[in-house]
Amino acid sequence: MITGNVHSIQSLGTVDGPGVRFVVFLQGCNLRCGCCHNPDTWETVGGTQYTAQQIVDKATRYKEYFGKDGGITLSGGEPLLQAQFAYEVFSLCHENGINTCLDTSGCILNDEVQKLLAVTDRVLLDIKYTTDAQYRKYAGCSIDKPLEFIAYLNQQKISVTLRQVIIPTLTDSEENIKRLKNIANKHPVVDKIELLPFRKICQTKYDNMGLEFRFGHLSEPNANTMNKLNKIIKSEE
Amino acid sequence: MQHENWNGFKGDVWQNEINVRDFIQQNYTEYTGDDSFLSGATERTDTLMKKVEALFALERQFGGVLDIDTATVSSLTTFSPGYIDKENEIIVGMQTNRPLKRGVSPFGGIRMARQACEAYGYKLSETIEDEFRFRTTHNEGVFRAYTDEMRLARRCHVITGLPDAYGRGRIIGDYRRVALYGVDRLIEEKKKDKAAMSEKPFIAENIKISSELFKQINFLGKLKDMALMYGFDISGPAANAREAVQWTYFAYLAAIKEQNGAAMSLGRVATFLDIYMQRDIENGLLTEAGAQELFDDFVIKLRIARHLRTPEYNELFGGDPMWITEAVGGMGEDGRTLVTKSSFRILNTLYTLGSSPEPNLTVLWSKQLPAGFKKFCAKISKDTDSIQYENDDLMRPIYGDDYAIACCVSAMKLGKQMQFFGARCNLAKLLNIALNGGYDAMSNIHIGPQMEPISGDKLDFDTVMERYDIYIKWLSCLYVKTMNVIHYMHDEYCYEKVQMALHDTDVERLMAFGVAGLSVVADSLSAIKYANVKPIRNEEGYIVDYETTGDFPKYGNDDDRVDCLAQDMTHRFITELRKTETYRHAVHTLSVLTITSNVMYGKNTGATPDGRKAGEPFAPGANPMHNREENGALASLNSVAKISYDDCRDGVSNTFSITPEALGKTEDERIDNLVSILDGYFAKNAHHINVNVLNRETLMDAYENPEKYPNLTIRVSGYAVNFNKLSREQQREVISRTFHTVL
Repeated sequence: MITGNVHSIQSLGTVDGPGVRFVVFLQGCNLRCGCCHNPDTWETVGGTQYTAQQIVDKATRYKEYFGKDGGITLSGGEPLLQAQFAYEVFSLCHENGINTCLDTSGCILNDEVQKLLAVTDRVLLDIKYTTDAQYRKYAGCSIDKPLEFIAYLNQQKISVTLRQVIIPTLTDSEENIKRLKNIANKHPVVDKIELLPFRKICQTKYDNMGLEFRFGHLSEPNANTMNKLNKIIKSEE
Repeated sequence: MQHENWNGFKGDVWQNEINVRDFIQQNYTEYTGDDSFLSGATERTDTLMKKVEALFALERQFGGVLDIDTATVSSLTTFSPGYIDKENEIIVGMQTNRPLKRGVSPFGGIRMARQACEAYGYKLSETIEDEFRFRTTHNEGVFRAYTDEMRLARRCHVITGLPDAYGRGRIIGDYRRVALYGVDRLIEEKKKDKAAMSEKPFIAENIKISSELFKQINFLGKLKDMALMYGFDISGPAANAREAVQWTYFAYLAAIKEQNGAAMSLGRVATFLDIYMQRDIENGLLTEAGAQELFDDFVIKLRIARHLRTPEYNELFGGDPMWITEAVGGMGEDGRTLVTKSSFRILNTLYTLGSSPEPNLTVLWSKQLPAGFKKFCAKISKDTDSIQYENDDLMRPIYGDDYAIACCVSAMKLGKQMQFFGARCNLAKLLNIALNGGYDAMSNIHIGPQMEPISGDKLDFDTVMERYDIYIKWLSCLYVKTMNVIHYMHDEYCYEKVQMALHDTDVERLMAFGVAGLSVVADSLSAIKYANVKPIRNEEGYIVDYETTGDFPKYGNDDDRVDCLAQDMTHRFITELRKTETYRHAVHTLSVLTITSNVMYGKNTGATPDGRKAGEPFAPGANPMHNREENGALASLNSVAKISYDDCRDGVSNTFSITPEALGKTEDERIDNLVSILDGYFAKNAHHINVNVLNRETLMDAYENPEKYPNLTIRVSGYAVNFNKLSREQQREVISRTFHTVL
């Protein structure tokens, strides 16, 4: 059994997927998003080595808390960078009757990832932006990749929660939200859209690591903006 | 036998013998729906509650005690009737002749009564002082019999908070009996029991029972007199819902007039009362709004209940608590839920009257509880931080389905079991005393077996455990003997006449021991086992501090290496306690519960090998030490769940604080997730949890600006308090606790 490189484990997760979830943050990310609140998960080295069995043994200790909706969530970093390990974790989870959820930016879609998706019950797909220009400028890849990814999920009928971080001046316009909704509407597997307010409490993490928080100069969205944008999401059009 | 007030009620077992459980089982209507049927507060309730709020504000302005009657010994009939607003009260009765005025209760100890008066600028009247010059109080009795070693253990605080100077409390009369049977029938039954005593050998224990029965019968008579003063004849059964509430309340009121006990719990009345409400509603005599009003008025009375206590008492048990604990919900042995509409109604008082620490509403949680009830409870926790949860699936097989909770976590069969309350001993201090060979460096007292302090530059786990064991054996024996003295004297000089009259004569007794500092000891032993602990000694060679290097597993992370040390400690302790015989053949039980005394216990304890500094507070109850949890909330819950209820039959208390954001994004998600957490925690065989859903910032703001938060209620350790009523030190400790947040 191969080992995975784990950044940290949170036994109670309620914001990364439905219900009460055991969340494993994997180490390593291929993107360098300006709004990232986990810069400490970027490097592929570091972290703690676990086998899939060890992770599932731990998760199983919380099975009683999962109820009908909860389960495990693999997040990161970018879990797709450790697709083989993630596959082993999710396969074992399914053997143990634990629901699986993958929190990803969807920028990689190879054979290994497809194998992983075959044992994934839900994907939390983080669409960073809705235009190719923004994607290239702030995420370092083309928008085609996540779009290909979501098309594949749609084809495989894997449930999707579409997520986007609302960053003032970048993603807080009505047009952007409408484009996001448009992406969702084209893919019936998307049953939920979550707008996540951009937060700056991670500033200290950047400071401690001696890294620049590239969006540190931007403000956090206020509650009014979030309400307004969420209303657009909920509206029928 | 059929009484006309019982018309419409089914079954006959309960008619032929005192058996409230059978009455409930034969007659209650389970409710499996949601909260949508509930009514809000009526205008009358609002007006009355506003008056009460104004009195509370006045009480705060007066430094926490509004008024004391220093000339009247509190008892059933010593005060003329008191009212908040006579015309508008549906349920009547007050401890003294005016709301929030406190009476004095010197039977526990005259010194305590005297000091309590003086602490608030009053003076105990000469008449009472005179009278008690010729009377022995419980406190005097205890100190006559205490041995030198018992006094020393008390003075060095290795055993603290013992009820040797105040009323022991923790006894729950089955107050429902008065409503169901009326007082005359109860007197008749007790008279039969007394007559039957003549068949038994007249040795000390039976003479004692016979004389206690005399006191019980006498005070049942006084209970009737007390009710008559308010214009009610309670010699017969209650005829309707309003009378059922009133009769039950009178019985409880008599108990708190007679006894200034540490915890004066109510029991499990809601589902019992529901039977009367259901009958009246079906007969068109009561509406939903009327039923809610009855509960509202009842609960208002419970909220204004007060006892007079000293500042020293408040240091141990902060927030002026009464522990009017009411157990709500649970499942029946036949698989039906014991949740009724009245279970909802009594919880609903937290909305109709606003949040409040009293009564101490305690939900008996079972996986099988109806979903609608579970959600309503979670919603209340989220909105009010006022309720606690205990594992019905764990307790029901032991206590049946008609048990209640005394104080915070002490289960007992209603009317069939009582408890001898025994505070707690300090396990962390005991470890230090053991390592120093019978010397407490904090108090400079030599106590216990005397031997050389542990030598060497690194503490060795096996050597430490061998040494610790010697002292656990010693303290356990001393603890039981000390408790025997206390409860012998309490029975003698401060016997709970009304409460015991509302128990079966052949009552089963529990003796409740307790431990404090469990997480400190678990982490300390883990540090000794897995890291390097170097003792730092003073000039005389006694250990006064430790230098701990290296990492070690910490309790609260679901790590079996250390969690089993905590588990083992409670097992060892109860096993040792059981070796010493108890007064009146009581069954030994153990709790891991500190109330707010974890601050006091910490203050009296030197540095410990886990890195805790001298004087720093312990974590409350069975909680992991603050901010040592690294794997999130559920890992912390799993650690606590490992403490065995078989070892700790008097309860394992856990206080859990989480920010709303960490429970989920929307209101509905938060409610559902809290339900899942409770289901999961109790499926792990955990016993108890206090749930707070709030932000640390709120508490910090309340610390700085108390006037902005007059009603801020939080759960602390088995009970809830008004945050403003805690001492500054207790407030700081609460703020420093772990709040589970979103990362």
